Amino acid sequence: MSDRDLSVSRRAFLSTGAAIAATPATLSAVKAAPPPDAADRNAPRMRDIVLKVNGRTRRLSVDTRMTLLDALREKIGLTGTKKGCDQGQCGACTVHIDGERRLSCFTLAVAAEGQAITTIEGLADGDELHPMQQAFIDNDAFQCGYCTPGQIMSAVACVKEGHARSDGEIREYMSGNLCRCAAYPNIVAAIRQAAPMIGRG
Amino acid sequence: MRPFDYRKPADTAAAIALARGAASSHVTAPVQYMGGGTTLLDLMKLDVMRPSTVVDITGLGGNAYRAVERTRQGLRIGALVPMAELAENGMITRDYPVLRDSLWLAASAQLRNMARLGGNVLQRTRCAYFRDTTYPQCNKRDPGSGCAARDGFNRLHAVLGTSDHCIAMYPGDWAQALVALDAMVEVTGAGGPRSLQFADLHRLPGDTPHIETTLAPGELITGFVIPGGPWPRSLYRKVRDRESYAFANASAAVALDLEGGAARDVRIAVGGVATIPWRARKAEAMLKGKPLTEAAAREAAAAEFADARPLAHNAYKIPLGKATIVRALMEAGAMEIRHG
Repeated sequence: MSDRDLSVSRRAFLSTGAAIAATPATLSAVKAAPPPDAADRNAPRMRDIVLKVNGRTRRLSVDTRMTLLDALREKIGLTGTKKGCDQGQCGACTVHIDGERRLSCFTLAVAAEGQAITTIEGLADGDELHPMQQAFIDNDAFQCGYCTPGQIMSAVACVKEGHARSDGEIREYMSGNLCRCAAYPNIVAAIRQAAPMIGRG
Repeated sequence: MRPFDYRKPADTAAAIALARGAASSHVTAPVQYMGGGTTLLDLMKLDVMRPSTVVDITGLGGNAYRAVERTRQGLRIGALVPMAELAENGMITRDYPVLRDSLWLAASAQLRNMARLGGNVLQRTRCAYFRDTTYPQCNKRDPGSGCAARDGFNRLHAVLGTSDHCIAMYPGDWAQALVALDAMVEVTGAGGPRSLQFADLHRLPGDTPHIETTLAPGELITGFVIPGGPWPRSLYRKVRDRESYAFANASAAVALDLEGGAARDVRIAVGGVATIPWRARKAEAMLKGKPLTEAAAREAAAAEFADARPLAHNAYKIPLGKATIVRALMEAGAMEIRHG
Protein backbone atom coordinates (compact mmCIF):
# COMPACT_ATOMS: atom_id res chain seq x y z
CA MET A 1 0.00 0.00 0.00
CA SER A 2 1.22 3.48 -0.75
CA ASP A 3 1.15 6.66 1.28
CA ARG A 4 -0.76 8.66 -1.26
CA ASP A 5 -1.68 12.28 -0.80
CA LEU A 6 -5.24 12.23 0.52
CA SER A 7 -6.14 15.39 -1.33
CA VAL A 8 -6.10 13.41 -4.58
CA SER A 9 -9.51 13.66 -6.25
CA ARG A 10 -11.94 10.85 -5.63
CA ARG A 11 -12.28 10.20 -9.34
CA ALA A 12 -8.55 9.85 -9.72
CA PHE A 13 -8.45 7.73 -6.59
CA LEU A 14 -11.13 5.38 -7.90
CA SER A 15 -9.59 5.10 -11.34
CA THR A 16 -6.26 4.06 -9.95
CA GLY A 17 -7.85 1.65 -7.53
CA ALA A 18 -5.01 2.35 -5.17
CA ALA A 19 -5.32 1.75 -1.49
CA ILE A 20 -4.69 4.52 0.95
CA ALA A 21 -2.75 3.86 4.07
CA ALA A 22 -4.18 6.24 6.64
CA THR A 23 -0.89 7.06 8.23
CA PRO A 24 -0.67 9.87 10.76
CA ALA A 25 1.87 11.76 8.72
CA THR A 26 -0.28 12.04 5.59
CA LEU A 27 -3.60 12.68 7.29
CA SER A 28 -2.49 15.41 9.61
CA ALA A 29 -0.78 17.21 6.80
CA VAL A 30 -3.64 17.48 4.31
CA LYS A 31 -6.99 19.19 4.16
CA ALA A 32 -10.36 17.50 3.88
CA ALA A 33 -11.10 16.00 0.49
CA PRO A 34 -13.43 18.03 -1.72
CA PRO A 35 -17.10 16.99 -1.57
CA PRO A 36 -18.00 14.34 -4.11
CA ASP A 37 -20.02 15.38 -7.11
CA ALA A 38 -23.40 13.79 -7.77
CA ALA A 39 -22.06 11.06 -10.01
CA ASP A 40 -19.42 9.99 -7.54
CA ARG A 41 -21.86 9.95 -4.64
CA ASN A 42 -23.27 6.55 -5.56
CA ALA A 43 -20.04 4.93 -6.67
CA PRO A 44 -18.70 2.23 -4.32
CA ARG A 45 -15.46 3.14 -2.55
CA MET A 46 -13.08 0.19 -2.62
CA ARG A 47 -10.21 -0.34 -0.22
CA ASP A 48 -7.46 -2.95 -0.09
CA ILE A 49 -7.13 -4.21 3.44
CA VAL A 50 -5.31 -6.86 5.43
CA LEU A 51 -7.23 -8.81 8.07
CA LYS A 52 -5.77 -11.17 10.65
CA VAL A 53 -8.31 -13.98 11.02
CA ASN A 54 -7.66 -17.05 13.16
CA GLY A 55 -3.94 -16.43 12.96
CA ARG A 56 -3.87 -16.14 9.16
CA THR A 57 -3.28 -13.00 7.14
CA ARG A 58 -5.96 -12.26 4.54
CA ARG A 59 -5.63 -9.65 1.83
CA LEU A 60 -8.97 -8.37 0.57
CA SER A 61 -10.42 -5.66 -1.60
CA VAL A 62 -13.61 -4.47 0.05
CA ASP A 63 -16.29 -1.83 -0.37
CA THR A 64 -16.01 0.52 2.62
CA ARG A 65 -19.60 -0.44 3.44
CA MET A 66 -18.76 -4.11 3.90
CA THR A 67 -19.11 -5.32 7.46
CA LEU A 68 -16.62 -7.69 9.01
CA LEU A 69 -19.46 -10.22 9.07
CA ASP A 70 -19.90 -10.10 5.31
CA ALA A 71 -16.15 -10.07 4.72
CA LEU A 72 -15.75 -13.23 6.79
CA ARG A 73 -18.63 -15.03 5.10
CA GLU A 74 -18.53 -13.76 1.53
CA LYS A 75 -14.88 -12.90 0.95
CA ILE A 76 -12.97 -15.32 3.15
CA GLY A 77 -15.47 -18.19 3.13
CA LEU A 78 -15.69 -18.55 6.90
CA THR A 79 -19.44 -19.12 7.15
CA GLY A 80 -19.47 -20.30 10.75
CA THR A 81 -20.17 -16.74 11.87
CA LYS A 82 -23.88 -16.28 11.30
CA LYS A 83 -25.98 -13.36 10.07
CA GLY A 84 -29.11 -13.20 12.19
CA CYS A 85 -30.63 -9.73 12.46
CA ASP A 86 -27.71 -7.74 10.97
CA GLN A 87 -28.84 -4.96 13.36
CA GLY A 88 -26.81 -5.66 16.48
CA GLN A 89 -29.70 -7.20 18.35
CA CYS A 90 -29.26 -11.00 18.21
CA GLY A 91 -25.59 -11.83 18.82
CA ALA A 92 -25.37 -14.54 16.12
CA CYS A 93 -22.44 -12.70 14.49
CA THR A 94 -20.32 -12.52 17.69
CA VAL A 95 -16.57 -12.87 17.12
CA HIS A 96 -13.52 -12.04 19.21
CA ILE A 97 -11.55 -8.94 18.24
CA ASP A 98 -8.30 -8.51 20.15
CA GLY A 99 -9.70 -10.99 22.67
CA GLU A 100 -13.00 -9.21 23.27
CA ARG A 101 -16.44 -10.35 22.11
CA ARG A 102 -17.89 -7.94 19.60
CA LEU A 103 -20.54 -7.87 16.91
CA SER A 104 -19.14 -8.38 13.42
CA CYS A 105 -22.34 -6.94 11.87
CA PHE A 106 -21.57 -3.58 13.50
CA THR A 107 -17.87 -3.66 12.63
CA LEU A 108 -16.68 -2.33 9.29
CA ALA A 109 -14.15 -4.60 7.62
CA VAL A 110 -11.94 -1.56 6.96
CA ALA A 111 -12.05 -0.70 10.67
CA ALA A 112 -10.94 -4.22 11.67
CA GLU A 113 -7.55 -3.90 10.01
CA GLY A 114 -4.65 -4.66 12.29
CA GLN A 115 -6.80 -6.36 14.91
CA ALA A 116 -6.67 -10.07 15.81
CA ILE A 117 -9.98 -11.62 14.79
CA THR A 118 -11.07 -15.03 16.04
CA THR A 119 -14.14 -16.79 14.67
CA ILE A 120 -15.81 -20.05 15.66
CA GLU A 121 -13.56 -21.81 13.12
CA GLY A 122 -10.50 -20.67 15.06
CA LEU A 123 -11.60 -21.99 18.44
CA ALA A 124 -10.76 -25.69 18.18
CA ASP A 125 -7.19 -26.98 18.48
CA GLY A 126 -6.90 -29.14 15.38
CA ASP A 127 -9.40 -31.97 15.80
CA GLU A 128 -9.79 -31.29 19.50
CA LEU A 129 -12.85 -29.21 20.29
CA HIS A 130 -12.57 -26.21 22.56
CA PRO A 131 -13.97 -27.05 26.03
CA MET A 132 -16.92 -24.73 25.37
CA GLN A 133 -17.76 -26.48 22.08
CA GLN A 134 -17.62 -29.87 23.83
CA ALA A 135 -19.77 -28.54 26.69
CA PHE A 136 -22.45 -27.34 24.24
CA ILE A 137 -22.57 -30.88 22.77
CA ASP A 138 -22.52 -32.57 26.19
CA ASN A 139 -25.37 -30.41 27.45
CA ASP A 140 -27.48 -30.41 24.27
CA ALA A 141 -27.25 -26.61 24.34
CA PHE A 142 -28.88 -26.03 20.95
CA GLN A 143 -31.68 -27.18 18.72
CA CYS A 144 -31.50 -25.59 15.27
CA GLY A 145 -27.92 -24.43 15.89
CA TYR A 146 -28.09 -21.12 14.06
CA CYS A 147 -27.25 -18.98 17.08
CA THR A 148 -24.70 -21.51 18.38
CA PRO A 149 -21.45 -20.10 16.93
CA GLY A 150 -22.31 -16.71 18.40
CA GLN A 151 -23.39 -18.28 21.69
CA ILE A 152 -20.10 -20.19 21.97
CA MET A 153 -17.91 -17.20 21.10
CA SER A 154 -19.84 -15.08 23.59
CA ALA A 155 -19.69 -17.81 26.24
CA VAL A 156 -15.90 -18.16 26.01
CA ALA A 157 -15.54 -14.40 26.49
CA CYS A 158 -18.12 -14.40 29.29
CA VAL A 159 -15.97 -16.87 31.25
CA LYS A 160 -12.71 -15.03 30.51
CA GLU A 161 -14.27 -11.75 31.68
CA GLY A 162 -15.11 -13.40 35.00
CA HIS A 163 -18.86 -13.14 34.47
CA ALA A 164 -19.74 -16.84 34.83
CA ARG A 165 -19.74 -17.15 38.61
CA SER A 166 -23.44 -17.98 38.96
CA ASP A 167 -26.40 -18.94 36.79
CA GLY A 168 -27.85 -15.45 37.25
CA GLU A 169 -24.63 -13.77 36.22
CA ILE A 170 -24.31 -16.02 33.15
CA ARG A 171 -27.87 -15.19 32.10
CA GLU A 172 -27.23 -11.45 32.51
CA TYR A 173 -23.91 -11.44 30.65
CA MET A 174 -25.19 -13.74 27.89
CA SER A 175 -28.32 -11.66 27.28
CA GLY A 176 -26.90 -10.29 24.05
CA ASN A 177 -27.22 -13.73 22.42
CA LEU A 178 -30.77 -14.65 21.56
CA CYS A 179 -31.89 -18.24 20.98
CA ARG A 180 -35.28 -18.61 19.34
CA CYS A 181 -35.28 -22.32 20.21
CA ALA A 182 -34.95 -21.20 23.84
CA ALA A 183 -32.13 -23.55 24.70
CA TYR A 184 -31.17 -21.14 27.48
CA PRO A 185 -31.16 -23.58 30.45
CA ASN A 186 -28.81 -25.93 28.60
CA ILE A 187 -26.61 -23.04 27.45
CA VAL A 188 -26.20 -21.98 31.07
CA ALA A 189 -25.37 -25.59 32.01
CA ALA A 190 -22.78 -25.80 29.23
CA ILE A 191 -21.08 -22.62 30.41
CA ARG A 192 -21.03 -23.89 33.99
CA GLN A 193 -19.36 -27.10 32.76
CA ALA A 194 -16.72 -25.40 30.62
CA ALA A 195 -15.90 -22.46 32.91
CA PRO A 196 -13.40 -24.28 35.20
CA MET A 197 -11.51 -25.54 32.13
CA ILE A 198 -11.17 -22.05 30.65
CA GLY A 199 -10.57 -19.72 33.58
CA ARG A 200 -10.29 -15.97 33.54
CA GLY A 201 -8.33 -14.43 30.70
CA MET B 1 -26.21 1.59 3.05
CA ARG B 2 -24.90 4.31 0.78
CA PRO B 3 -21.28 4.55 -0.33
CA PHE B 4 -18.96 6.55 1.90
CA ASP B 5 -15.33 7.44 2.28
CA TYR B 6 -13.69 5.90 5.32
CA ARG B 7 -10.99 7.90 7.08
CA LYS B 8 -9.05 7.03 10.20
CA PRO B 9 -7.04 10.04 11.32
CA ALA B 10 -4.39 9.62 13.99
CA ASP B 11 -4.74 13.00 15.63
CA THR B 12 -7.51 15.34 16.67
CA ALA B 13 -6.59 18.17 14.33
CA ALA B 14 -6.89 15.90 11.31
CA ALA B 15 -10.26 14.58 12.50
CA ILE B 16 -11.62 18.09 12.96
CA ALA B 17 -10.33 19.15 9.56
CA LEU B 18 -12.22 16.27 7.95
CA ALA B 19 -15.44 17.14 9.76
CA ARG B 20 -15.30 20.87 9.15
CA GLY B 21 -18.72 22.28 8.41
CA ALA B 22 -20.56 19.13 9.44
CA ALA B 23 -22.97 19.29 12.38
CA SER B 24 -22.44 15.98 14.14
CA SER B 25 -25.84 16.23 15.78
CA HIS B 26 -27.65 16.53 12.49
CA VAL B 27 -29.00 13.47 10.75
CA THR B 28 -28.11 14.80 7.32
CA ALA B 29 -24.56 15.88 8.14
CA PRO B 30 -22.27 14.60 5.36
CA VAL B 31 -19.39 13.82 7.71
CA GLN B 32 -19.90 11.72 10.82
CA TYR B 33 -17.48 10.69 13.55
CA MET B 34 -17.52 7.00 14.40
CA GLY B 35 -16.35 5.46 17.68
CA GLY B 36 -17.73 1.97 18.29
CA GLY B 37 -20.17 2.47 15.42
CA THR B 38 -23.05 0.81 17.22
CA THR B 39 -25.49 3.67 16.60
CA LEU B 40 -24.03 5.08 13.39
CA LEU B 41 -23.78 1.82 11.41
CA ASP B 42 -27.20 0.76 12.64
CA LEU B 43 -28.78 3.96 11.34
CA MET B 44 -26.74 3.85 8.12
CA LYS B 45 -28.02 0.34 7.40
CA LEU B 46 -31.54 1.65 7.96
CA ASP B 47 -30.81 4.54 5.56
CA VAL B 48 -31.70 7.00 8.32
CA MET B 49 -28.17 8.40 8.36
CA ARG B 50 -26.42 8.88 5.04
CA PRO B 51 -22.95 10.31 5.56
CA SER B 52 -20.62 10.61 2.59
CA THR B 53 -17.59 10.41 4.90
CA VAL B 54 -17.14 8.37 8.07
CA VAL B 55 -14.30 9.52 10.30
CA ASP B 56 -13.17 6.64 12.51
CA ILE B 57 -11.90 8.30 15.70
CA THR B 58 -10.70 5.13 17.44
CA GLY B 59 -7.19 5.75 16.15
CA LEU B 60 -6.87 9.15 17.82
CA GLY B 61 -3.77 9.18 19.96
CA GLY B 62 -3.30 10.49 23.43
CA ASN B 63 -3.99 9.31 26.94
CA ALA B 64 -6.70 11.96 27.36
CA TYR B 65 -9.13 9.94 25.24
CA ARG B 66 -8.58 6.69 27.15
CA ALA B 67 -7.76 7.50 30.75
CA VAL B 68 -9.99 7.37 33.83
CA GLU B 69 -8.34 9.48 36.49
CA ARG B 70 -8.85 11.80 39.41
CA THR B 71 -7.79 15.34 38.64
CA ARG B 72 -8.03 18.61 40.54
CA GLN B 73 -11.25 19.31 38.66
CA GLY B 74 -12.74 15.96 39.66
CA LEU B 75 -13.09 12.53 38.09
CA ARG B 76 -12.08 12.70 34.42
CA ILE B 77 -13.15 10.06 31.91
CA GLY B 78 -11.83 9.97 28.33
CA ALA B 79 -14.37 9.89 25.52
CA LEU B 80 -12.91 6.79 23.87
CA VAL B 81 -13.16 4.63 26.99
CA PRO B 82 -15.48 1.72 26.13
CA MET B 83 -18.62 1.30 28.24
CA ALA B 84 -17.47 -2.11 29.54
CA GLU B 85 -14.11 -0.74 30.67
CA LEU B 86 -15.62 1.92 32.91
CA ALA B 87 -18.21 -0.52 34.27
CA GLU B 88 -15.38 -2.89 35.31
CA ASN B 89 -13.21 -0.16 36.86
CA GLY B 90 -12.71 -0.92 40.57
CA MET B 91 -12.54 2.71 41.66
CA ILE B 92 -15.77 3.50 39.81
CA THR B 93 -17.49 0.49 41.38
CA ARG B 94 -16.47 1.66 44.85
CA ASP B 95 -16.82 5.43 44.57
CA TYR B 96 -19.39 6.00 41.82
CA PRO B 97 -21.75 2.99 41.72
CA VAL B 98 -24.34 5.02 39.80
CA LEU B 99 -21.88 5.24 36.89
CA ARG B 100 -21.21 1.50 36.98
CA ASP B 101 -24.89 0.52 37.31
CA SER B 102 -26.03 2.72 34.44
CA LEU B 103 -23.45 1.06 32.18
CA TRP B 104 -23.78 -2.64 32.95
CA LEU B 105 -27.57 -2.37 32.88
CA ALA B 106 -27.36 -1.02 29.32
CA ALA B 107 -27.10 -2.88 26.00
CA SER B 108 -25.29 -6.25 25.86
CA ALA B 109 -21.76 -7.34 26.74
CA GLN B 110 -20.75 -7.23 23.08
CA LEU B 111 -22.13 -3.73 22.55
CA ARG B 112 -20.54 -2.49 25.79
CA ASN B 113 -17.15 -3.69 24.52
CA MET B 114 -17.64 -1.69 21.33
CA ALA B 115 -19.46 1.50 22.26
CA ARG B 116 -17.34 4.40 23.51
CA LEU B 117 -18.57 6.79 26.18
CA GLY B 118 -18.38 9.87 23.96
CA GLY B 119 -20.71 8.29 21.44
CA ASN B 120 -22.85 6.71 24.15
CA VAL B 121 -24.23 10.07 25.24
CA LEU B 122 -25.06 10.88 21.61
CA GLN B 123 -26.98 7.64 21.09
CA ARG B 124 -30.05 8.44 19.04
CA THR B 125 -33.65 7.70 19.83
CA ARG B 126 -35.20 4.28 19.29
CA CYS B 127 -38.47 5.82 18.09
CA ALA B 128 -39.70 3.27 15.53
CA TYR B 129 -40.96 6.01 13.23
CA PHE B 130 -37.56 7.70 13.24
CA ARG B 131 -35.84 4.41 12.44
CA ASP B 132 -38.23 3.32 9.69
CA THR B 133 -37.87 5.46 6.58
CA THR B 134 -41.08 4.07 5.06
CA TYR B 135 -42.91 6.47 7.38
CA PRO B 136 -42.80 9.86 5.67
CA GLN B 137 -43.63 11.72 8.89
CA CYS B 138 -40.73 12.33 11.23
CA ASN B 139 -39.67 15.85 12.19
CA LYS B 140 -36.39 14.51 13.55
CA ARG B 141 -35.50 12.72 10.30
CA ASP B 142 -37.15 15.12 7.87
CA PRO B 143 -37.82 18.54 9.47
CA GLY B 144 -41.35 19.79 8.90
CA SER B 145 -42.77 16.42 7.82
CA GLY B 146 -44.81 15.82 10.98
CA CYS B 147 -44.75 13.22 13.74
CA ALA B 148 -46.11 9.73 13.09
CA ALA B 149 -45.62 8.72 16.72
CA ARG B 150 -48.01 11.25 18.19
CA ASP B 151 -51.03 9.39 16.79
CA GLY B 152 -49.21 6.10 16.32
CA PHE B 153 -47.98 3.42 18.71
CA ASN B 154 -46.36 5.55 21.38
CA ARG B 155 -46.07 3.16 24.31
CA LEU B 156 -42.30 3.68 24.53
CA HIS B 157 -42.29 7.43 23.96
CA ALA B 158 -41.57 10.29 26.32
CA VAL B 159 -43.95 12.05 28.70
CA LEU B 160 -41.50 14.75 29.89
CA GLY B 161 -39.89 17.40 27.71
CA THR B 162 -42.01 16.62 24.66
CA SER B 163 -43.29 19.10 22.10
CA ASP B 164 -45.98 19.09 19.44
CA HIS B 165 -43.20 18.28 16.98
CA CYS B 166 -41.48 15.34 18.69
CA ILE B 167 -42.05 12.86 21.52
CA ALA B 168 -39.01 10.65 20.92
CA MET B 169 -37.45 9.21 24.06
CA TYR B 170 -33.78 9.68 24.88
CA PRO B 171 -32.75 6.01 25.14
CA GLY B 172 -29.43 6.12 26.99
CA ASP B 173 -28.67 5.27 30.61
CA TRP B 174 -25.22 6.60 31.47
CA ALA B 175 -26.31 10.15 30.61
CA GLN B 176 -28.74 10.12 33.53
CA ALA B 177 -25.85 9.43 35.91
CA LEU B 178 -23.82 12.22 34.33
CA VAL B 179 -26.56 14.83 34.51
CA ALA B 180 -27.33 13.90 38.12
CA LEU B 181 -23.67 14.37 39.14
CA ASP B 182 -23.33 17.82 37.49
CA ALA B 183 -20.84 16.46 34.95
CA MET B 184 -19.04 18.68 32.48
CA VAL B 185 -18.31 17.73 28.87
CA GLU B 186 -15.03 18.60 27.20
CA VAL B 187 -15.27 19.15 23.47
CA THR B 188 -12.95 20.39 20.80
CA GLY B 189 -13.47 21.72 17.31
CA ALA B 190 -12.40 24.29 14.78
CA GLY B 191 -12.76 26.97 17.48
CA GLY B 192 -10.51 25.11 19.91
CA PRO B 193 -11.33 23.23 23.11
CA ARG B 194 -14.18 24.25 25.39
CA SER B 195 -16.12 22.80 28.28
CA LEU B 196 -19.85 22.84 28.93
CA GLN B 197 -22.29 21.53 31.48
CA PHE B 198 -23.51 18.08 30.51
CA ALA B 199 -27.02 19.36 31.31
CA ASP B 200 -26.59 21.83 28.44
CA LEU B 201 -25.45 19.23 25.87
CA HIS B 202 -28.86 17.88 24.86
CA ARG B 203 -31.57 20.15 23.50
CA LEU B 204 -35.28 19.81 24.13
CA PRO B 205 -37.00 18.98 20.83
CA GLY B 206 -39.11 22.13 20.66
CA ASP B 207 -39.75 22.90 17.01
CA THR B 208 -36.27 21.71 15.92
CA PRO B 209 -36.13 18.05 17.00
CA HIS B 210 -33.54 17.31 14.30
CA ILE B 211 -30.99 19.40 16.23
CA GLU B 212 -30.30 17.21 19.22
CA THR B 213 -27.28 18.81 20.88
CA THR B 214 -25.57 22.14 21.38
CA LEU B 215 -22.35 20.89 19.76
CA ALA B 216 -21.09 23.23 17.07
CA PRO B 217 -20.57 21.84 13.58
CA GLY B 218 -17.71 19.33 13.59
CA GLU B 219 -17.15 19.46 17.35
CA LEU B 220 -15.88 16.29 18.98
CA ILE B 221 -16.40 15.15 22.57
CA THR B 222 -13.02 14.43 24.16
CA GLY B 223 -13.95 13.65 27.75
CA PHE B 224 -16.16 14.09 30.81
CA VAL B 225 -15.39 15.61 34.20
CA ILE B 226 -17.44 14.92 37.30
CA PRO B 227 -16.70 17.57 39.92
CA GLY B 228 -16.72 16.83 43.63
CA GLY B 229 -17.54 13.36 44.83
CA PRO B 230 -16.97 10.57 45.43
CA TRP B 231 -20.61 9.44 45.52
CA PRO B 232 -20.50 6.03 47.20
CA ARG B 233 -24.21 6.31 48.10
CA SER B 234 -25.47 6.32 44.54
CA LEU B 235 -27.22 3.88 42.23
CA TYR B 236 -29.19 3.44 39.03
CA ARG B 237 -32.47 1.56 38.88
CA LYS B 238 -33.91 0.54 35.51
CA VAL B 239 -37.33 -0.95 34.79
CA ARG B 240 -37.65 -2.83 31.49
CA ASP B 241 -40.07 -4.98 29.51
CA ARG B 242 -37.59 -7.84 29.93
CA GLU B 243 -35.02 -8.47 32.63
CA SER B 244 -31.93 -7.68 30.56
CA TYR B 245 -30.82 -6.17 27.25
CA ALA B 246 -33.68 -3.71 26.81
CA PHE B 247 -34.22 0.02 26.89
CA ALA B 248 -35.77 1.58 29.97
CA ASN B 249 -39.50 2.00 30.41
CA ALA B 250 -38.42 4.12 33.35
CA SER B 251 -35.14 4.55 35.19
CA ALA B 252 -33.68 6.68 37.93
CA ALA B 253 -30.16 7.74 38.80
CA VAL B 254 -29.83 8.78 42.44
CA ALA B 255 -26.90 10.08 44.47
CA LEU B 256 -27.27 10.97 48.13
CA ASP B 257 -25.19 12.63 50.79
CA LEU B 258 -26.91 11.76 54.05
CA GLU B 259 -26.17 13.15 57.47
CA GLY B 260 -28.19 11.58 60.24
CA GLY B 261 -31.30 10.65 58.25
CA ALA B 262 -31.36 13.95 56.39
CA ALA B 263 -30.41 14.58 52.79
CA ARG B 264 -27.54 17.09 52.85
CA ASP B 265 -27.38 16.71 49.09
CA VAL B 266 -29.67 14.79 46.78
CA ARG B 267 -29.31 14.23 43.04
CA ILE B 268 -31.98 12.63 40.88
CA ALA B 269 -32.25 12.10 37.14
CA VAL B 270 -34.79 10.01 35.27
CA GLY B 271 -34.58 8.07 32.02
CA GLY B 272 -36.94 6.19 29.76
CA VAL B 273 -39.60 8.85 30.22
CA ALA B 274 -38.09 12.03 28.76
CA THR B 275 -36.79 13.46 25.50
CA ILE B 276 -33.40 14.30 27.03
CA PRO B 277 -31.40 13.11 30.07
CA TRP B 278 -33.78 14.54 32.67
CA ARG B 279 -32.53 16.12 35.87
CA ALA B 280 -35.35 15.98 38.44
CA ARG B 281 -34.68 19.35 39.98
CA LYS B 282 -38.19 19.82 41.35
CA ALA B 283 -37.97 16.56 43.25
CA GLU B 284 -34.47 17.39 44.49
CA ALA B 285 -35.58 20.80 45.81
CA MET B 286 -38.35 19.19 47.86
CA LEU B 287 -36.01 16.65 49.46
CA LYS B 288 -32.87 18.68 50.10
CA GLY B 289 -32.08 19.27 53.74
CA LYS B 290 -34.97 17.15 55.00
CA PRO B 291 -35.23 13.64 56.44
CA LEU B 292 -35.43 11.10 53.63
CA THR B 293 -38.69 9.25 54.18
CA GLU B 294 -40.81 7.27 51.75
CA ALA B 295 -43.65 9.76 52.11
CA ALA B 296 -41.34 12.64 51.23
CA ALA B 297 -39.94 10.68 48.28
CA ARG B 298 -43.46 10.02 46.95
CA GLU B 299 -44.37 13.68 47.22
CA ALA B 300 -41.17 14.73 45.43
CA ALA B 301 -41.64 12.18 42.64
CA ALA B 302 -45.23 13.36 42.12
CA ALA B 303 -44.03 16.95 41.77
CA GLU B 304 -41.50 15.97 39.12
CA PHE B 305 -44.18 14.39 36.95
CA ALA B 306 -46.80 17.10 37.55
CA ASP B 307 -46.27 18.53 34.05
CA ALA B 308 -45.99 15.16 32.28
CA ARG B 309 -47.93 14.92 29.04
CA PRO B 310 -49.13 11.37 28.34
CA LEU B 311 -50.45 10.14 25.00
CA ALA B 312 -52.61 7.16 24.05
CA HIS B 313 -50.24 4.37 25.10
CA ASN B 314 -47.62 5.78 27.45
CA ALA B 315 -49.59 7.12 30.43
CA TYR B 316 -48.28 4.14 32.44
CA LYS B 317 -44.87 5.84 32.46
CA ILE B 318 -46.10 8.46 34.91
CA PRO B 319 -46.85 6.11 37.84
CA LEU B 320 -43.94 3.88 36.79
CA GLY B 321 -41.54 6.82 36.68
CA LYS B 322 -42.67 8.04 40.10
CA ALA B 323 -42.33 4.56 41.62
CA THR B 324 -38.86 4.17 40.09
CA ILE B 325 -37.71 7.43 41.69
CA VAL B 326 -39.09 6.40 45.08
CA ARG B 327 -37.52 2.94 44.90
CA ALA B 328 -34.15 4.34 43.83
CA LEU B 329 -34.17 6.92 46.63
CA MET B 330 -35.12 4.43 49.34
CA GLU B 331 -32.60 1.83 48.15
CA ALA B 332 -29.84 4.44 47.95
CA GLY B 333 -30.75 5.58 51.44
CA ALA B 334 -30.42 2.01 52.70
CA MET B 335 -27.04 1.32 51.03
CA GLU B 336 -24.30 0.17 53.34
CA ILE B 337 -21.33 2.38 52.65
CA ARG B 338 -17.90 0.92 53.27
CA HIS B 339 -15.46 3.48 54.56
CA GLY B 340 -11.71 3.53 54.10
